[in-house]
Amino acid sequence: MEPIWLSIKLAIITTIFLLFIGIPIAYWLSRKQSIFKLIIEAFITMPLVLPPSVLGFYLLLAFSPNNAFGIWLHRHFDLQLVFSFKGLILASVIYSLPFMVSPIKAAFAHLPGSMSEASYVMGKSKIQTFFYVLLPNIKPSVFTAAVLTFAHTLGEFGVVLMIGGNIPGETKVASIAIYDAVETMDYSSANSYALILFAITFVIVIGVFVLNRNAVKSPFE
Amino acid sequence: MIKIDIVKKIGGRYGNFELNVNTAFHLNTVTEVSGPSGIGKTTLLKILAGLTLPDAGTVMVENDIWFDKGKNFSKKVQHRHVGFVFQDYALFPNMTVKAHLKYGTDDLAYIDYLLEMGEMKHLENRFPKQLSGGQQQRLGILRALSTKPRLLLLDEPFAALDAALKSRLTNRLRVLFAEQQTTVILISHQENELGVDNMHIYNL
Repeated sequence: MEPIWLSIKLAIITTIFLLFIGIPIAYWLSRKQSIFKLIIEAFITMPLVLPPSVLGFYLLLAFSPNNAFGIWLHRHFDLQLVFSFKGLILASVIYSLPFMVSPIKAAFAHLPGSMSEASYVMGKSKIQTFFYVLLPNIKPSVFTAAVLTFAHTLGEFGVVLMIGGNIPGETKVASIAIYDAVETMDYSSANSYALILFAITFVIVIGVFVLNRNAVKSPFE
Repeated sequence: MIKIDIVKKIGGRYGNFELNVNTAFHLNTVTEVSGPSGIGKTTLLKILAGLTLPDAGTVMVENDIWFDKGKNFSKKVQHRHVGFVFQDYALFPNMTVKAHLKYGTDDLAYIDYLLEMGEMKHLENRFPKQLSGGQQQRLGILRALSTKPRLLLLDEPFAALDAALKSRLTNRLRVLFAEQQTTVILISHQENELGVDNMHIYNL
């Protein structure tokens, strides 16, 4: 069961990181438009459309212990990001970023402008308005985004394969373990991993639908 | 006096045009702003609140500069100490009636006074979506009063209220305005909607 636990651990850590990074980015993107923001948003969205191998390839190059950046990370932070769990976390954070940012950004943008104006007029700062008015009113979207990020990270395969490899207990997550088991004709292991992954993901998706049953739109729009 | 002399280009569903305002509003009284739809009444209130910035001109309150394009200065919304009643109410869906008022003041006695004034004491634990249109509008008014603003800007504040309730509310508001020496600027389609003796009209 080690690969399943590793997948869950990776998904939880990635989701927590992305909550802290994604919410401020989403808020910033939902404010006034600019060319610069458009470009940043395009970069954030790229993992949605690119094959994971592209991202994995560039991360592999960037973090390679043979490259300047990789050497620098290793020397100053003792960080070895290729073929390590830490590297998987970083890759997952980049790879799942659009799943966290897009729904939250849309939710911020849908709040009427007068809502924050009403708070400013009452003498409240932008930060106070953010925490007392804006964020509480998009809670369902934040929750949906977190759950989708979790599920998406759980199902990650290509990026992990590229930069994580297949080290038991370190980078051998469930999706890789399935692939590995099929390669070695161990269909019963593959089946048990696949079934568990299927069950977990199914429950998560059902949960999202139940929580959003009052919403007009599907949470995946 | 509030002296305002501004120009603002407006683009929107009523087409593009330029809003020109050069006038003065008296302090401690009520001024009604009237004029046809889409002429810029709401924009004028937002400029006074600091929520919209003019393209040129100045806004002065007594000797205090609120806006001066020449000096590239605009006093922050948060520091203008105004109250604003929005046309769409702009209530906070995450807060109860009482929490809306607590967001503006810590004075519990004053909160009770406001709730009584708006006949909303029995609704204090309800959320906006559990209120009728008229109740939501009253909450918008009470919330604007919670910070005891020196300048109160009201954008069609009584449109959703029935005649009897409106007259009870305006009677109490007149007392409060006199007590707190509030300067009121109100967008209205009905003459002297607040029923005050000493009232000014500004036709946009």
